[in-house]
Amino acid sequence: MSTSEAAVQAHLHEHGGHDHEEPFLRKYIFCTDHKMIARQFLFMSLFFLLVGGLLAAMMRWQLGFPSQPMPGAGGFPDTMAPGGIVLPEFYNSLVTMHGTIMIFFAIMPLLVGLFGNLLIPLQIGAPDMAFPRLNMASFWIAVPAGLLMLSSFFVEGGAAGAGWTSYAPLSASGEWTGVYLGQQLWLVSLIVLGFSSLAGAVNYITTIISMRAPGMTWFRLPLSTWALFITAILVLLAIPILTGALIMLLFDQTIGTGFFRPEVGGEPILWQHLFWFFGHPEVYILILPAMGITSDVLANRARKPIFGYHAMVLAIIAIAFLGWIVWGHHMFQSGMNPLLGTSFMISTMAIAVPSAIKTFNWLGTLWHGDIHLDVPMLHALSFVSMFIIGGLSGIFMANTPVDMYIHDTYFIVAHIHYVLFGGSLFAIFAGITFWFPKMFGRMMHEGVGKVHFVLTFILYNIVFFPMHNLGLRGMMRRLYDPTQYEYLQPLQPMNEFISIAAFGLVTVQFLFAGNFVWSLFRGRTAGPNPWKSNTLEWSVPSPPPHGNFDGMPVVYRGPYEYSHPDAAEDYWPQNQPPPPEVGPGPEVALSPAPEGVGP
Amino acid sequence: MSTAAAGRLPMPGMKVYNLKLGMWIFLLSEVMFFTGLIGSYIILRFAHPEHFAAPGVVLNVPLTAFNTFVLICSSVTMVKAFAAVEQGDQKGLQRWLLATIALGTFFVGVQAVEYSVLSSEGFVPMAELYHAVGRGAVHAEGAAEAAVVGGPLYGATFYAMTGFHGAHVSIGVLCLLYVYWRARKGKYSAASLGGVEIMGLYWHFVDLVWILLFTIVYLI
Repeated sequence: MSTSEAAVQAHLHEHGGHDHEEPFLRKYIFCTDHKMIARQFLFMSLFFLLVGGLLAAMMRWQLGFPSQPMPGAGGFPDTMAPGGIVLPEFYNSLVTMHGTIMIFFAIMPLLVGLFGNLLIPLQIGAPDMAFPRLNMASFWIAVPAGLLMLSSFFVEGGAAGAGWTSYAPLSASGEWTGVYLGQQLWLVSLIVLGFSSLAGAVNYITTIISMRAPGMTWFRLPLSTWALFITAILVLLAIPILTGALIMLLFDQTIGTGFFRPEVGGEPILWQHLFWFFGHPEVYILILPAMGITSDVLANRARKPIFGYHAMVLAIIAIAFLGWIVWGHHMFQSGMNPLLGTSFMISTMAIAVPSAIKTFNWLGTLWHGDIHLDVPMLHALSFVSMFIIGGLSGIFMANTPVDMYIHDTYFIVAHIHYVLFGGSLFAIFAGITFWFPKMFGRMMHEGVGKVHFVLTFILYNIVFFPMHNLGLRGMMRRLYDPTQYEYLQPLQPMNEFISIAAFGLVTVQFLFAGNFVWSLFRGRTAGPNPWKSNTLEWSVPSPPPHGNFDGMPVVYRGPYEYSHPDAAEDYWPQNQPPPPEVGPGPEVALSPAPEGVGP
Repeated sequence: MSTAAAGRLPMPGMKVYNLKLGMWIFLLSEVMFFTGLIGSYIILRFAHPEHFAAPGVVLNVPLTAFNTFVLICSSVTMVKAFAAVEQGDQKGLQRWLLATIALGTFFVGVQAVEYSVLSSEGFVPMAELYHAVGRGAVHAEGAAEAAVVGGPLYGATFYAMTGFHGAHVSIGVLCLLYVYWRARKGKYSAASLGGVEIMGLYWHFVDLVWILLFTIVYLI
């Protein structure tokens, strides 16, 4: 052990590893501890998830029962829904804010803010993030961004109504949507949120590069951390493009520049290019951490090593790289050189290859596994199956000729929900239920969790699967009232059916919320390692103390050594020293060992 | 609890300390930000060449060339500041930091003067108000009849690109003031110079971006 390492150990013994009693404000509000920041992101995002869900329910009411008063919603202001009847302008705001809130304030902070903060330092064996105060700032920048976004509902003209993509020129001037201040608040909120994401990304990347415990080589990182690392790189490089575009659009709105306004020579298509150059990496920001979480949960609950660990890592990198050269597939209908369209089509379809590698490796992991069908596993399995459906419909859209037909229809809505709800959100449920004991020291209720899963899974599918059909039969997305079109009138029973199922889907989420709150206080106490997992976060108490590890952990093997013949049990923690006669001692393993050490 | 201190412990064997690594990663993000701006400028300019004017017609190239020289000099003084702290020369560190602050402030000041002259000549970012008549034309008799040079996209892109760079320089000057204040209190030494080094990285990046922007906006 080198002197610097000894100093590190001494330092940790002195300061880390023991809970200090801190004043309330420092402990719960302005806290620099990554686990507390993770929990703050969790509560904030769950709140926004609820808001986003309620907005969706109002949209479904209008689509299922057009221009009928919403039951029990008479108290809405006349500018939104007089007498409970949703106004077209308010419907535009609902569409826009549902998308924006779900993507930027629910799914992204859950995957990146919650799991990034919770898992990265714990899984790599670090006492905290590289920049704890920057980490705290990252959360406290996100909060005002969210408040700005919500406040836009209550200003004159209502909330932004140009869609979550805010295409110019619709978004560039209030005269088209009737929304002036709301649109500007939308822009400012996302600009502010960008700084939060940026602070997080810098922190995650630095932490993973420089603060791994001895022996934690790159190819011993759990796949969650790998996915979060690549995601952080995408955030780092994609968000500034969005920020620049948002600021230009804000200038168009406020001081009257002409970047995206065709009437003074601007280029609306430029907005689409900038938005989707950010937007396509963004969709991988929203799915890669979910893939990492799924990989961790599947290997653990099938008690088998992940199938093709290296291929899984390379597939994440390949998806992230290809994600930069496919943005044009969102714009086939905007007009482009057919040759360029073809190259975007081919690069998009190429993403199917690493995605399929991941899918088959998940199936390979399950094959002949000792499968434990508990709540996290059920959600992870449904991630895999829903991601297959969403991925396959994605290939439809990648085909330029097919996309010409289904562009801007409910087929797109079905696809995005199959990957974002069926994919990301199920993985988030898997992750929350899996790491709940690590966050709060208690298990979530298994029975209620299973009921919630079954109902969510069924209702989710009957809400979103028929939307493929609606889209193929020509129903446009963001449509206020389908009954206005004669050819859509026969689809109205299906719309009604979807709406009723959607209300059910929103309602059963309260089972999860109830289970969550109940388990916080009444859940069964969890030991340090309730899932008999290998990764480092399970080697410390639940919840881990300040500084996480008592001393510096040393890593001897990869994260997925389940059911290994040399191990005493069916799992083999990464930091458990090998028996002396089998492997090299810790002195040898301290220098970053070749990967072959853990067989 | 010294979470912050514990958090800064690098991985055993790491050659780069966390602050420096973090700054490099942050600068990657800045590269993307300016890439977005420059890319937009290129697209708009190719799509609407009639909105743009030949070099020197509207913009004052000699003045900005001088300003560019000032900014490059400020990078030299920043290097000198870092060299001073590396040798433990506290007085030198403070002197060179002060010189960098002065040069940075001068740069922003010249930019402010440039903006006010340009806008008095009708070169403004607002599309509806744009009526740039070219350098000096406003002083001529019958300025009202002078032909408008370029179009609204010229003004918008010019102010966006140089403005964001100017904002970066201004933020840099504020950070330099903070570094200078810490240097006055003797917080830096040959063994502890991270703050000066990452300040330098940021400052050189801003300088480098300006050389690109000057070429693209003023000279091409």
